[in-house]
Amino acid sequence: MNTLDATLATVVGGLFAVGFFLLMQRSLMRVVLGFVVLGHGTNLLLLSAGRSGDPPIVEGPMRQVDGYADPLPQALALTSIVITFGLTTFLLALAYRSWRLTGHDEVRDDLEDRRIGTARERVDAGERTDAGERTDAGERTDAGERTGAGERTGAAEQTRDRREGTAAEEETPEDLA
Amino acid sequence: MTTVLALPVLLPVLAAGASLALRHHHTTQRLLSVGVLATVLATAITLLVRADQRGPQVLPVGGWDAPTGVSLVADRLSALLLTVSILVALSVLVFAIGQGVTEPGNETAATFHPAYLLLTGGVGLAFLSGDLFNLFVAFEVMLGASYVLITLDSGRARARAGMTYTMTSLTSSLLFITAVALCYGATGTVNLAQLAGRVAELPEGLRSALSLLLLVVFGIKSAMVPLHFWLPDSYPTAPSPITAVFAALLTKVGVYGMLRTQTLLFPRDDTWILLAVLAIATLLIGVLGAIAQDDVNRLLSFTLVSHIGFMLLGLALFDVAGLTGAILYVVHHIVVQATLFLAAALVVHRTGTAALHRMKGRAPPTALITLLFLVPAMSLAGIPPFSGFIAKLALFQAAVAEGSGTAFALLGAAVLTSFLTLAAMARLGRKAFLETVPGPSPASSAHPAPPASPASPPAPPDDEAHQEVPARLPGRLMLGATCAMALTGITLAVCAGPLARLSERAADDLLRRDTYRTAVLEEEGR
Repeated sequence: MNTLDATLATVVGGLFAVGFFLLMQRSLMRVVLGFVVLGHGTNLLLLSAGRSGDPPIVEGPMRQVDGYADPLPQALALTSIVITFGLTTFLLALAYRSWRLTGHDEVRDDLEDRRIGTARERVDAGERTDAGERTDAGERTDAGERTGAGERTGAAEQTRDRREGTAAEEETPEDLA
Repeated sequence: MTTVLALPVLLPVLAAGASLALRHHHTTQRLLSVGVLATVLATAITLLVRADQRGPQVLPVGGWDAPTGVSLVADRLSALLLTVSILVALSVLVFAIGQGVTEPGNETAATFHPAYLLLTGGVGLAFLSGDLFNLFVAFEVMLGASYVLITLDSGRARARAGMTYTMTSLTSSLLFITAVALCYGATGTVNLAQLAGRVAELPEGLRSALSLLLLVVFGIKSAMVPLHFWLPDSYPTAPSPITAVFAALLTKVGVYGMLRTQTLLFPRDDTWILLAVLAIATLLIGVLGAIAQDDVNRLLSFTLVSHIGFMLLGLALFDVAGLTGAILYVVHHIVVQATLFLAAALVVHRTGTAALHRMKGRAPPTALITLLFLVPAMSLAGIPPFSGFIAKLALFQAAVAEGSGTAFALLGAAVLTSFLTLAAMARLGRKAFLETVPGPSPASSAHPAPPASPASPPAPPDDEAHQEVPARLPGRLMLGATCAMALTGITLAVCAGPLARLSERAADDLLRRDTYRTAVLEEEGR
């Protein structure tokens, strides 16, 4: 059983904390960075699972087995680095695609979730909302979305989300009512 | 003779490479995929027979014996799940080919085949892996392919859903590496058979921490409440055959990981209260979510979450009867959930919409589609002659035999969930089959566009789930594949006796642990 030294433990812990913090952000770029940082944290943890400070196994006269560093964590860490690297490129491509499609890099709420969550209110609100929403839906453009993303205030976000929700589901109110 | 163990992994992975090279020859690509999966299916059946008769089959990959090198192990549980998974993967592949044929000009077909083969290779490796780190690699192969499949041909909704799915899976993968690192740090091995012995010597607290970490990892992968939020958001946006195969295989591999690690590494003597609570939450929250949904695929995704609870219930009981029920349920659910998604795809294909409230007045599904939907729906709800009833009965008997308060709470939640599932399925059936108007009128004339629609912007391309496609008749391959799946479901019910006995032997192996350990570690001597 190995024990981590304090420095390594602090570094791994710090990377985990930063990684998870970034993962919980709204911006895709930060989420990707969070994944990268968290990946480093886990790789470091994997590496530190073996004893550190000993020489690697090399060719030459055989020494005592105890004198060498444990090669397995190194192999595991290498595999895991390759995997995280590959997936990071995929994530970047996906984030870029999302940016190309929507014009901003925010993680949006799920439309269907929102629609089901507000189904009751929309039925209650009736005609008035119906008319209002219809105008909103007509105005929705990509430029409008981009401005919304730029402002990044809670209210703007809410309006945008609602607008998108109704734009996609414009026939819904009368169907439900 | 154990070389055959490598085939379920090796063949699909090699074929994936070949398939990528053949991307301009669509027919060859299709034949290759079907041929490879059929061969793997035959291999899996061989493995199952051999594992049942002669005990766990072990292949030391790369020539290094068990604790030193990586080994592939097929015991009864893994061979059984592998067989069922590959069978479903093959049927879904045929369905997908049928759907691709009926939709000419589909550009994504070329990438679909390599990714799909890689996915099945990953699933095979996950079931056969005898090593914790190798299990992680298997998950990565499988999930890496699934990231490609879920974002195929991505519009806005798919890019967003794909992002949610990818991030959640990646987070759980990173937690998995963390668990592997901590296990290695604590015990000095990642071989499952050797870990089983060494984990027992660890202090109580450390053991619980590792057990919980692995529970969280596989809990995310198998969509256990409260770690399920990603699933209903992401699965329904993928093309329907892909949703079907994800629903059938990916979550079950998570459940398999849970069954394997918890029974082998962290055995316990009595009911696991924490998992029992989580199982109850999964059962109820999942099915209540399903009742609220309006989209066919989302509704089915929520029932998927809910029914993961049945498998957790079996594991929570932690005795032979409970595990037998859990294994039976996994087998039943892999087949039935995939059939349901395929049948739903046929309905959507026919009516042209996935939204239940818009199905009113659409072209009604044909009698065959209705039948194909009805059989798995009844089976899922646990109506007597079908496989769901048998699997549920096994679980209920296990809970009654256990007799503790927790067991009865689990039993109550499970019974309630069964009824609520029936309600959800009845609602889906009513909307999709009874409220559609009879007659051959196509969707466009039966459901004229609302007057406001010319003024409003054209339907955004991201809205795949609700994209208005004209009503069509599904192709023969799609119907054939769904029929085959429905028949498999019925066969499971007909062969319930042998299947239940096989599951019981598998459950017995899981709890005894020695069968697995000696089979893997005795290789050392040769």
